[in-house]
Amino acid sequence: MAKFLKKGDKGTPGINTASLPDIVFMILMFFMVSTSMRQTDRMVNVKLPEATEVIRLERKDLACYIFIGTPSIQYQKEFGTDSRIQLNDSFRNTSDIRDFIAAEREALNEVDREFMTVSLKIDENTRMGIVTDVKQELRRCSALKIMYAARKTVTH
Amino acid sequence: MASKKTPEINGGSMADISFLMLIFFLMVSTMDPETGLSRRLPPMPPEDAQVEDLKVNRRNMLDVKINSRNGVMAGGTVILSDAQLEEIVIEFLTNPADRSDLPSKTMKTIEGFGEYPVSDGVISLQNDRQSSYSKYVEIQNVLVRAINKVRNDFAVAHFGETYEELNAEQQEIVGEAIPNRISEAEPLDVTNK
Repeated sequence: MAKFLKKGDKGTPGINTASLPDIVFMILMFFMVSTSMRQTDRMVNVKLPEATEVIRLERKDLACYIFIGTPSIQYQKEFGTDSRIQLNDSFRNTSDIRDFIAAEREALNEVDREFMTVSLKIDENTRMGIVTDVKQELRRCSALKIMYAARKTVTH
Repeated sequence: MASKKTPEINGGSMADISFLMLIFFLMVSTMDPETGLSRRLPPMPPEDAQVEDLKVNRRNMLDVKINSRNGVMAGGTVILSDAQLEEIVIEFLTNPADRSDLPSKTMKTIEGFGEYPVSDGVISLQNDRQSSYSKYVEIQNVLVRAINKVRNDFAVAHFGETYEELNAEQQEIVGEAIPNRISEAEPLDVTNK
């Protein structure tokens, strides 16, 4: 009996946590590399359409984003459920796109300005009317390089 | 001289600090995949310019129309499936039998390759204001897929490798031989026509 009691006194040895910071730092590094900073709060619901032939956006720093979709639930009281355009952090009209593009262009290097890509993040249930209006406005301010953001899927 | 050793810094809270940073980055970053279909819009014609009738030969145009109920029509035939549209587009781009109602070809000298009959075909995509965006992207996707397929066939036939495997120079040659001519036409009300 005494033999057993002796053993029980030892207790479970503590786990060495010295490498825990290293592991957590590793995860941290992974997230810092693989993700990008969220620039704006999403105020519209955007579920991107699917496509198989998508290509990757080469220069993320040269991209500016236009979101189109139905307002999120907390904004629906004020703005309704019709598709709206979101530029930066507010709901805007097509006529505001010109200023938005001008500001985005101003923020870029002079060399990079012609390579600016407008990424259109549009909800898949949006009607084409508003999309066409935006496209026409983009043509008017000669931001011609556009990208229809889409999720990549394997061939169905 | 009594030398006192520098006391070791306690690293026990390091894990907590790094966890805090990890949580912070998880909150502020997104993992949005930045992928999509790249397009180039045609420049806006000047306001005072007269609406000029583009002298594009009828045979060189493939009209793809999407109506308000997401029905698709290409070159006068109703499209029921993506595969059917893909077939039509591929036939339009290659015109293998040199039919007179499909696009003409122009001999063009491609640097580093030689002469190749390049198709003059232009695909014009039109949509109604009521068509849904998902259908529009789907059709765009089919058009790109058809072009990629033709490019791939060309690459295999002339270089013996798929388009993906070619180097940048060869890809450029293929791109010149089979140009990506999808025109985002002036908006039209398709249903009223």
